[in-house]
Amino acid sequence: MTAVIPTPVTVSTDKQDKAIAKARTRSLAPKPKKRIVLSLVLLFFAVLWMLPLLGLLVTSFRSRVDATSSGWWTAIADPFGQQWTTQNFVDSFIKLDIGTNFFNSIAVAVPATILPIMFAAFAAYAFTFMDFKGKEVYFATVIGLLVVPLQVALVPILQAYVQLQKALGIQIVGTFPAAWIVHSAFALPLAIYILRNYMATLPVALIEAARVDGASHFVIFWRLIVPMSVPALASFAIFQFLWVWNDYLVAFIFLGNRNPVLQQALYALLGQYGQGWQGVAAGSFITIIVPVILFFSLQRYFVRGLTAGSVK
Amino acid sequence: MQILSALVSVVGGLAVSFLIYLGLNFVVQKTNRKWEARLLPYVFIGPVLVLIAAFLVYPAVRTFYLSFFNATGLAFIGFDNYTSLFGSGDFLNVLLNNLLWILIVPASAVAIGLLVAVFADKVGPTREKIFKSTIFLPMAISFVAAATIWRFVYTYNPPGQPQVGLLNAIVTGVTNGDPVPWLTVDTAKLNSILLMIVVIWLNAGFAMVLLSAAIKGVPEETIEASRIDGANERQTFFQVIVPQISTTIVAVFITILIGVMKIFDIVYAMTGGAYGTSVLGMEFINQLFSFGNPGKAAAVVTVLMVAVIPVIYYQVRSYRRQETLR
Repeated sequence: MTAVIPTPVTVSTDKQDKAIAKARTRSLAPKPKKRIVLSLVLLFFAVLWMLPLLGLLVTSFRSRVDATSSGWWTAIADPFGQQWTTQNFVDSFIKLDIGTNFFNSIAVAVPATILPIMFAAFAAYAFTFMDFKGKEVYFATVIGLLVVPLQVALVPILQAYVQLQKALGIQIVGTFPAAWIVHSAFALPLAIYILRNYMATLPVALIEAARVDGASHFVIFWRLIVPMSVPALASFAIFQFLWVWNDYLVAFIFLGNRNPVLQQALYALLGQYGQGWQGVAAGSFITIIVPVILFFSLQRYFVRGLTAGSVK
Repeated sequence: MQILSALVSVVGGLAVSFLIYLGLNFVVQKTNRKWEARLLPYVFIGPVLVLIAAFLVYPAVRTFYLSFFNATGLAFIGFDNYTSLFGSGDFLNVLLNNLLWILIVPASAVAIGLLVAVFADKVGPTREKIFKSTIFLPMAISFVAAATIWRFVYTYNPPGQPQVGLLNAIVTGVTNGDPVPWLTVDTAKLNSILLMIVVIWLNAGFAMVLLSAAIKGVPEETIEASRIDGANERQTFFQVIVPQISTTIVAVFITILIGVMKIFDIVYAMTGGAYGTSVLGMEFINQLFSFGNPGKAAAVVTVLMVAVIPVIYYQVRSYRRQETLR
C-alpha cells in the first residue's frame, strides 16, 4: 500500500491545550451511551440484512395452505396456529434431484478449485523468484485481464469446443472438463495476483540459501514455497470454490442439461413459485447450506486471503 | 455410476495437469545448465500463458472479429450489428441501466460496508463479531438463490388476495393502497433499483470485511495524535482514517464495479431482462440464445469490453506505480 501522509489538522494553540486536556481525560473506548447508538444503527442493518433470509427460512417450514394464505411474519407472531412441516424439504430434495446435481456441483467445483490454484502457484513462483524476459509485460497483462468480463470468452470457446467435437468425434460440451478449463482460465488472473502478492512477502534469503545448497526451482517450489503459502492458497481455494459452486452462467452454457449443477436445478425450481413459495424456499435453503457452512467454518482464512490480495 | 465417472474424471484431470508440469520440468532438466536457466521460467508460467492465451486473449479478439459478422457467422456485414444495436431504443435503455448500476451499486455497497466497518469497530468484540457476520453472510449465497430470496420479498398477488411478499404487505398494510407488481414497474427505474438492492445486499459484506481490515491496520498513533490536536470524531475519520485506507476503498470499489458491469445472473433470475431491466450481460444471453444471433451477441460483449478498458488501464497503471514504490 502506498503510505499516505495524513492531512495535518490545524488548530490554534489555546484550543490545542484544551483538546489535550480533553483527550487525556477521555479513554480510547467510546462512551457507553454512544456505544448504544452505534449498536442500534448496526442492529438496523443487521435486521435489514437478515429479514429476507428469515422469511425464506420460516416459509420453507410452512404448509402450502399457510404459505399461500398468509405472510411468513404471521407464523412468527402465532407459531402455534400454524401447520409446520418438513415435507417441503423432502419434495425439493426430489425436485432438485440432489442425488445427481449435488455430485455434479462437486465434480465441477473441486477440480475447478484445485487446477487454477496449481497453475497459478507455479506462475506466481516464476513471477516472484525467477528472472526472465518479458516478466513485467506478462504480469501487467495478467493484471489487465483481471477485469475482462467472462462473457467475452463464451461464444468463441463454445464454437471451438463444437469444432473440436466434430474433428475428434468425442463429446466435449456438457462434460465436466469443459467447465473446469473455463473456470480455471478465468480464475487465473486473480489467483496469480493474490499468490504473487503473498509470495513477495516470503523471505528471499531462504530461497537463495536453498539455491546455493543445490536445490532446483522445482524442489524449492514444492518443499518450501507451497507449504509456506498455505494460508494464501487456502483462502483462494475457499473463494474459488464458492464462486464455482454459486456459478450459473458457465454451467448453463458449458454443462447445459447433460450434467446440470445445483444452481441450474434451483433456477428451474424458481419457475414453480406459482405453486406456493414454500417449495422454492426449501430448495433455496438446500443449495445455500454447503457454501454457508464452508464459509463460516473457514471464514478466518477467507478474510485473511482477501486482505492479503488487496490490502497490503 | 454417474458418481464414479465423475470421480474418475476428477482424479484423471488433476493427475494429467500435474504430469504436464512434471514432464516439462524433466525435459528441461535434461538440457544443459544455460538452457535450463533460460527455459525453466517458461515451464512454470508456460501452461498459464497457454490457458490465458487460449481462453482469454484469443476469445476476446475472436469476439471482436465475430461482431462484424451476421447471425450465421459467414457473411461480413461491417458495422451493421452496431448500428442496429445503437439504433434501437431498447439497447439504449440497456446502456442506461448499466450506467445506473455502475453509479449506484459500488458506491452504495462501499458506503454501507464502510459504515458497518467503522461502527462495528467501536461496539466491543462480541457485538462486532455478530454484526459483521450478519452483513457478511449473503456473500456465501449464490446469485440464483439471492434472486429467489428477493423475488419472495417483492412478490405480488392481485388486490384482495393475501400478500405473502414482505414489501407488498408493508405497502398495503401502511397505506391501505393496492399492492404493486414491483418488478414490472419501470417508472423512475424502480424495478432496476430493486434489483440493484439485491446486489448491494450481496456485496456490502465483501466491502465491509476488506475495509474493516484496513481500518484496523491504521496506526493507533495517528488517530491518537489527531485527537490530541483537537480533532473531533468526524474530522479524525475523514481527515486521518479515510486518507490512510483510500487505496483499499478504491480497490473494493473497483472489484464491485467490475462485478456489476458484467452482472447477469440476478437480472436473469429475477426479471429475465423484461420490463426494461435488461443489462449488457443479459442482452448478450438474449441475443445468443433467444435470437440465435452470435454476431450481435458478440457486438454487445464488445461494447462491454470497451466499457471495461478504462478500468484495465487504471489497474495496470496503479500496479506499475506500486511496483516503482516497492
